[in-house]
Order: sequence, then structure tokens, then C-alpha cells
Amino acid sequence: MTKPASLSRPNMPPLPRLSVKDIAALSKQRETRWRPGLADQPLHNEIFASSRDASGVGLALALARDALAITDGHEDVLAEAEDRRQLLWVQDKRAVEMNGRPYLHALPDEWRDRVICVEARRPEDALFALEEGLKCRDLACVIGEIVGNPRALDFTASRRLSLAAEKHGVALWLVRLEAEADLSSARMRWRARPGVSSAPRWNMNGPGEAVWQAELFRARSHAPGKWDLGFEDGGQGGEHQGEGRLRVRTLPKQPKRPLEQSTNVPLSLPKHPTTSRSPYSGNLVRATFGRSLAAVARR
Amino acid sequence: MLADARALYPQLQTAPSYPAGDLAFLEKLAVWAQRWGPWSALDPPDGVLVDVTAVAHLFGGERRLFADVERAFAKRHLAVRASIAPTAGAAWALAHYGPRGSILNSSSDRDVMMRQLADLPAAALRLDIDVLTVLRRLGLKRLGDLADITTGAINRTEAAARDALHRRFRGRKSPSANPLIRLDQLLGRVPEPLLPVVPQHMPLVQRRLMEPLRHRSLLDQVLEDLAQDMARELEAQGQGARRLELGMWRVDGEVIVRRLELAAATRDPAHITRLFAEKLDGIEAGFGIETVRLRANWAEPFAASQGDVEEAAERHGTSLSACIDRLSVRLGAHAVRRPVAYASHVPERAQSWQAPLAPISAPDTLTSRRARPLKLLDRPEKIAVLYASPDGYPQRFRWRARVHEVARVEGPERIAPEWWRERSSVRLRDYYRIEDGKGARYWIYRSGLAGDGRGGIPDWFLHGIDV
Repeated sequence: MTKPASLSRPNMPPLPRLSVKDIAALSKQRETRWRPGLADQPLHNEIFASSRDASGVGLALALARDALAITDGHEDVLAEAEDRRQLLWVQDKRAVEMNGRPYLHALPDEWRDRVICVEARRPEDALFALEEGLKCRDLACVIGEIVGNPRALDFTASRRLSLAAEKHGVALWLVRLEAEADLSSARMRWRARPGVSSAPRWNMNGPGEAVWQAELFRARSHAPGKWDLGFEDGGQGGEHQGEGRLRVRTLPKQPKRPLEQSTNVPLSLPKHPTTSRSPYSGNLVRATFGRSLAAVARR
Repeated sequence: MLADARALYPQLQTAPSYPAGDLAFLEKLAVWAQRWGPWSALDPPDGVLVDVTAVAHLFGGERRLFADVERAFAKRHLAVRASIAPTAGAAWALAHYGPRGSILNSSSDRDVMMRQLADLPAAALRLDIDVLTVLRRLGLKRLGDLADITTGAINRTEAAARDALHRRFRGRKSPSANPLIRLDQLLGRVPEPLLPVVPQHMPLVQRRLMEPLRHRSLLDQVLEDLAQDMARELEAQGQGARRLELGMWRVDGEVIVRRLELAAATRDPAHITRLFAEKLDGIEAGFGIETVRLRANWAEPFAASQGDVEEAAERHGTSLSACIDRLSVRLGAHAVRRPVAYASHVPERAQSWQAPLAPISAPDTLTSRRARPLKLLDRPEKIAVLYASPDGYPQRFRWRARVHEVARVEGPERIAPEWWRERSSVRLRDYYRIEDGKGARYWIYRSGLAGDGRGGIPDWFLHGIDV
């Protein structure tokens, strides 16, 4: 159950599979813009959302699945073939009242029998549960939901969470419902709102795949920005079954400085649908660790 | 039945039957009855067999032994019928059907023994009801009748009867279905293995203190020592504790008890101490605590594991069971749970909860591939809906004092109540997946149809919030 491969990875240069020009463009871009699929996922994230919809939880779930899928991508000798670690889902009582409980039959397939729910009476208890979860080496990640700005959740408390997460390598996505973005030490802070869903495939009158308007308003290593994010399930059949990926639905708002090589920007949709495992070529962003260059070349 | 009986005799007293509790009591009784012999066996539903071979002289003879038994049972307000015989079967027969307190002399040979038992009814052979019926129809009512046929004087008719009896029960291998085997067991011709009860002593450690404790820090120290003793005790037995009970005896005779249940078997003293420390807040020490006792009520086999190899991992975070223990001690056992699928098509019943580390028993068979919302409200919230026609699509609804325009609808998905467990007046539900103008998605339902005869105009409820 123990998986030594943690989410935290030291910043390492991408492996040279691309031309030098590409790498230069990429690294420059990477410093500034966030995009889905980055390997160096921070371990303490906050998502601010309204309690009237589930966009915050949806975005947290999508980010968490994406991050776990990326760490799974690193083939580690010691890691088990299938990730069977549990997930801890902590809610305080008001979050349960306002936003409901997680429903098993809507959870992603690979998470169905791995979720442990905790309902805390007070925000202090919820923070305790979050911290205990972060200290546990057998958990894949922790998802929290806390309503409002309780007194207990001050900068010190968020710093404690950050430290615990980074010490033990367990990632936390904390959804703050109906909260002001006050002082916090979260490495990435998002604001989530629901977006108009994409057109569904079959029933044109029905709701389609969920889309969230995600605004990254504070991050350590990325510039702020806005994206329309959606999660694409791998589908039931097909070659990459169950391998979902976070995707940008539309192009982000153009930054002030135009990006070099905008055709190569990984955010654009794939040109050749036959070769599209994901919209951006995989090795571009999925840095490989624990494997020698020769091993990569042989593949 | 009971109503009829009560109508005939109103003073009738009834008590609910509790077979599991009776059996547990019988087990305890069997262990207790080992005071008269080296081992004892259960004889459910209401008997105990004790081996008193070569024991009676310790009590001063068999009569004195009986007197002791009667006294001990009478002291506990239990009625007892006891007897001593060379075989378990004979003792059973005498205790159930013989004269009170009968003793069969063990030195006598089988014929003498049979003669003494000859008057007992055939039921004394511990037979099944249907076999007893067969014997009664054959006219074999006493043990003597049966013994005469099987071993008695040989003339032609009796030999024929014996052969017939052997043929009749030839296929029956089970002793309780075959009177011939039972008869042999009664006389000791064939062995009758019995399963003795073995008492299990729950690990228990305690400290009697010279000076009564009045301060928490000292109590913590004692608790730590006890946890270490307990770990040693459990390790010796190859077990890990699942439930622990800490009893504290105060000087004035008051007992304070704190219980702890663990998610997985453990004997880590630091973990136990830490969990109990949470529970020791607010203990009234009064004039002081003089005895502290730690007992493992429930222990499971727990193999010894090597501690050093994973020392790096030990330093690096806690294990899952330790994490769950800590959470459930602070937040309560019901606050930490795992959702599991339940075989029901009603949305709120399709998910049930169980302890986080319990094995997931039922496979997810009833999973429908229908879209379900990520969040389900504990109680559906009533909403006011504007619709074009009573059974048409909703167009606008008001929920928590705000109006949502419906931009996209999918539905209805009709979910009928479970008629086999609900009242007939429960209405069906038509679920719609809704997306409002801004993209927020909900799962709402209309409870019932207009004119289904189960109430007036159907109400609308919001049941789930989708991503």
C-alpha cells in the first residue's frame, strides 16, 4: 500500500526529446503559465467556491485525479502496479449541510472503494482531521471542505497544513466554501465557478461534460490566469481506459506578452486525432524521474 | 399464539428467547464447572459434562461432591440435576430421566449397568425426534427393550427382530440418528469423543499504587507503564488488541472505566497511550486513584513484525489504522466512515456506510451507469418550480432564496419507491438533471404525478448538486 513515489518532485529540467528551441520556449513559458499536466504539483492547494454549486469540489477532484495520474505515470520499481491507497475526504458539519455528502455512485471508478469520509463537528476538528490525514503515509491524497472563514483556520493553521503536507508528501486540496481569500500559505489558490458545459454528444437538450471557470489567483511558480477546465474521462473502452486527464476547454485569455510559437503551445487542441492521447504531447511535460536517459532512449 | 395463551391465563409471564446469550452463559458455566474436574464439555442447549474420573475423593466421596454441586448452584439461583456415571451417555440419561442425584457405580460391568438403566425411556439415548417416533412405533419404549433385542437371549424370532433392527438403522452413521450406536456409547462399547472447553484468559495488566494518584501527569506515567506491560503480554500470546478497557479504582470505591476501540489489531504502547490520553481528560480523581487496570476485551491474532527494516517509513508518517484510530477517538466512531454500495435503486439508499477498515463485502452489483450527482444532500430541499405543464420540463426554480433559470434539462428518470418496504402512499420520483444559465448543475425531482391519488399537486425537491 505504501507508495514511496510522492507527489512532490524537485524541479528538474525536462528531458531532451525536443529541439533546443522548443525547450527554451517551453521553459520560459513554464515559468509563467500554469497548464494541466505539470509534474511539479504543489501539495497544498486551496479552492474557493460557492456553496450553491459543486464547482469547487469538482475542480478539486479533477486536479487531484490529474495529479495522481501524473505521479502514477512515473514508473517506480517499488510502487505497486495499481494505486490502492485510500483517500481521506474531510468535511465540516456546515459543509455537509450546505453542499451535501459525496455520493459513491458519482465518484470516479478508480476511487469507488477507496474513499474514507470524515465528518467533523467543528472546523477545529476538521483541521485536526486534515492534519492527521496529511501525516498518514498510506493515503493518496486528502480532500477537505470547510465553510467560511473560521477563526481556527488562520495563517498559522494553513502553515501547519503546508508543512505537514510537504513533510510527508501527501497532497491536500482544501475547498473553501463561501470564504474570503484571507491570509494563507497554500501553494496554489484557485477560485472556481461553474462554466457552461460543452455540447453533449447525444442529447442536445441535456447538460454536457462539466466545465469549470478556474482562476488561479496566487501561486508560487506560476503567473495568475484564468482557464476553462474540464475533465475528460478515458472512456469505457479504448486503449487508455480509465485514464482521465484534465483539459483546457478553451484557450486562456491571451497574456499581455504573446507566447512564442503559438502553434506549439500545448494548450491547443491536437491536430491529428489519431495520435492524440492527450492534447499536448505527453513527454513534453511529464518529466521522468528515477530512470536513466538511456532507458528513456530505449523506449 | 401468545395472545391466545394470555386470553386463557392473563398472569402469564413471558421472556424473549435469546439463544446466543444462553450459549454464552453455558460456556461460562462450563468453564466454571471445571472446579469439579480437570475438563468439561458443553452439552447444548442446557447441559454441561464434567470429567470427574478419580476426582471424587478430593471432595470426600461422590455424595459429598454432589452436595457441593448442589450448594454451589443453589448459591447462584440455578436449578441443577446432576448424576455420575462411567460414561457420558449414561450420566446424561440419568441426569435427564433418572432419579435425582443418582450415581452409577463405575466398578460394575456392562450387564449390571444395563440392568440399572433398563427402566429409562428410549429418549434417554439422546436421539432425534423422528428416530424416537420410529422406536415408539416399533414398541421399543425403554432402554431394556432395546438392549434385549440387540444383545438378549437368542431364539429365532428375536434374532429376526435384531436383524430387522440392524437393517433399519444400517445407513445411519450419525449417533443421534442411530439408537444402536447410542446404546453402545451408553455402555462404553464404542468411544464417544467430547470437545472440552478451553478458557481463554484476556490479557490483563494492573498496577496497585502505594500512594493514591491525584494528578494527571502521574496517571499518564502509570498508563504508559501499563501499555508497555500490555504490549508484552499481547506479544507473548501473539495477539493484538482491538478493544481495550481501562479501569481506575478510586479510594472511595468508585470505578471509572474508559473504553477504546481500535481500527486494526495493534500492540504499540505509544499508540495506545496516546489514544487513551485523549479519553482521560476530565476524570474525577476524588481522593485519589489506587488501582489502575488495563484489559484487552477483544484481541485478534497479530503476528510479530520486524520493526527495524521500515524504520525510515515509521518515522515518515503514521499508518492508516493509526490515523483512523486517532480520528475516531477524537471525532467519534461514527464520524469516520466509508461509503459502500448497497443494493437498492433508491438514490439515498444505494449508498450505505461502514467502518473504514472493515472489508468491503458486497460487490457493486447494482451500479447503474446513469449519471448521478457528485454531492447528495442529506435531506432533499424543497424548491419552487415554474413549469410549462405539470409533467413537463421545469423552466425556472427558486432554491435557497435565489432564482435559477434552467438552461438545459435531461430527464425524467423515473425512480419508483421500494413498494416492499415502504408505505403505499409514498410517491414516485421523476428526476431531472438541470443546468442553469451559469453552468451550475443540479439533480432535482418531482415527487409524484398530478392525479396519482397520493396527494395533491406534486412538490419539487433538490436532491443533489453535480459538478
